[in-house]
Amino acid sequence: MALPVEHEALTKAFSGFGVNEKLFISELGRWHSEQRKVFRKRSEQFFIEDERGFERWDHHHVALLEREFLRFKTTLVLWTMHPWERDAGLANEALINGPQSYGVLIEIACTRSSEELLGARRAYHSLFDLSIEEDVASQVDGPERKLLVALVSAYRYEGPSVKEEVAKAEAKILYNAIKNGVSKKPSEDDEVVRILSTRSKLHLKTLFHYYKEISGHNIVVDFDVDMYLKQTVECMYAPQTYFSQVLDAALRDDADEAAKRALIRVIVTRAEVDMKEIKEVYCKLYGVSLSETIEAKAHGNFKDFLLALVEKGQSD
Amino acid sequence: MQHAAGDEAFDSSLGWGTNEALIISILAHRDAAQRNLIRQTYAKTYGEDLLKVLDKELSNDFERAVLLWTLDPAERDAYLANETTKRWSSSNLVLMEIACTRSPHELLLARQAYHARFKKSLEEDVAHHTTGDFRKLLVPLVSSYRYEGDEVNMTLAKTEAKILHAKISAKAYSDEEVIRILSTRSKAQINATLNHYDNEFGHDINKDLKDDPKDEFLALLRATVKCLTRPQIYFEKVLRLAINKRGTDEGALTRVVTTRAEVDLKVIKDEYHRRNSVPLDRAIGKDTHGDYEKMLLELVGRSDA
Repeated sequence: MALPVEHEALTKAFSGFGVNEKLFISELGRWHSEQRKVFRKRSEQFFIEDERGFERWDHHHVALLEREFLRFKTTLVLWTMHPWERDAGLANEALINGPQSYGVLIEIACTRSSEELLGARRAYHSLFDLSIEEDVASQVDGPERKLLVALVSAYRYEGPSVKEEVAKAEAKILYNAIKNGVSKKPSEDDEVVRILSTRSKLHLKTLFHYYKEISGHNIVVDFDVDMYLKQTVECMYAPQTYFSQVLDAALRDDADEAAKRALIRVIVTRAEVDMKEIKEVYCKLYGVSLSETIEAKAHGNFKDFLLALVEKGQSD
Repeated sequence: MQHAAGDEAFDSSLGWGTNEALIISILAHRDAAQRNLIRQTYAKTYGEDLLKVLDKELSNDFERAVLLWTLDPAERDAYLANETTKRWSSSNLVLMEIACTRSPHELLLARQAYHARFKKSLEEDVAHHTTGDFRKLLVPLVSSYRYEGDEVNMTLAKTEAKILHAKISAKAYSDEEVIRILSTRSKAQINATLNHYDNEFGHDINKDLKDDPKDEFLALLRATVKCLTRPQIYFEKVLRLAINKRGTDEGALTRVVTTRAEVDLKVIKDEYHRRNSVPLDRAIGKDTHGDYEKMLLELVGRSDA
């Protein structure tokens, strides 16, 4: 009988992403009431035996099911949205979610161009009647406030001009800040925040190069103690590596919902920017293609839509 | 018409003795868009930037007034801001002025002009050239992109008025909360907060910021509050101090007149008259002379139009 297959389909809906609509239609849709009853009786994790003589849906699992059905719609809405509105919404959501999501603020502030970040700030005004910096400043409580406010307020120069001597001197400043990291947290060091939040990206790339000369390793390695600074530097230094790591964390079997949401966010926001490079780095880091992993972990329309976005630009 | 004006400016400045009067009469009566057009037309016709030509021909205070006036507002602000990174003291006030008396949109345009002209961001230069409490305040101020709506949250205004009062009472003038409120909230919100401060504690917040008359940071903080809430009062005082000083502070005088001529100089003039019992143009006339005086008076008189 076909029962184990549907059972497996439904169970699968609670792992990975999305739901297998086709399977539900072709199988579950054909059941008559006796088959459905057998299903309910055999699926103890979905249905609870009620004392009044019926099998009751476990509400928690209904909620999980809802969430998985919702992923396709979320992706669709996010994909069609103007990038400014998208980033403003993501930033606001991150603030509401709290410290575990502050990384999204850093991601937006550091991987968008100056004009894109500016646009997000404009959209923030429209959506929330507040400026992004006032919201970040008033909602973030800890020592990371200084860094986060500075990062979202930046309007970096994007031209080719770089002063080598200044980059070299500032590399030394950062190096010393890490060395003294025991006595004074680097993320609270005014000079560290100043350099990372105001200098142009090209200046910082030059600076990171000198840093390696001075310290012998990549700055990302040395900034390991402070997660916000580390992420800031990662986003500036090698954004595609950063995004690959975020995707990997989202696609792991033990990923929590916060990590999983990153899958949609990264793919939608990078699909037409640097998805090609991200795919290459992902493959190099994890030995398997991003599309293959998505194919294995996601289902149905949601999976198809994601793959379409990931493959976008392949034929362009 | 602009082409003819460009011609006249060229003729007047090319070695046949500079005709400052003509320069004044042409430029002083043009608005920003027209001045821009004159510059563009001049450059296209004669292959040189009008400002560079003027730079060669004119001198000192007069030249500076003409230069500042001819730049469009965003470039002017970028120019003034950049100047401050090369100097000291009063430069902090200029940066704060630009950050707080311009609209958020105008500040943004200034930041864009700064990129174009100086190949750096305004905030990176300000951060690099300031230290301590001044940096703590000025960098967020110049980086702000305040919400421009009129919406006000009265509960928040009450809360933040209390926060400000608590910090000030503890003499924690450069506390992060003070900086946060002044540098991120919308102007409407700040106004509501400071009105509530007055209601709740019986006096203007600046009264509580007068602890040490020599403290430059406190002076900057008071000026910041003024610029965010009553810019014309602030500018009147700058003018009053600039003109009364033994030896006029031409820098400040030129700056205020050229940057406010197309904004609110009329209101500032009225305030000046009210406060000093003498009209601004008469005070300027007494304290300056020559072409510099003429240029200033044209701009001051212009604001009546």
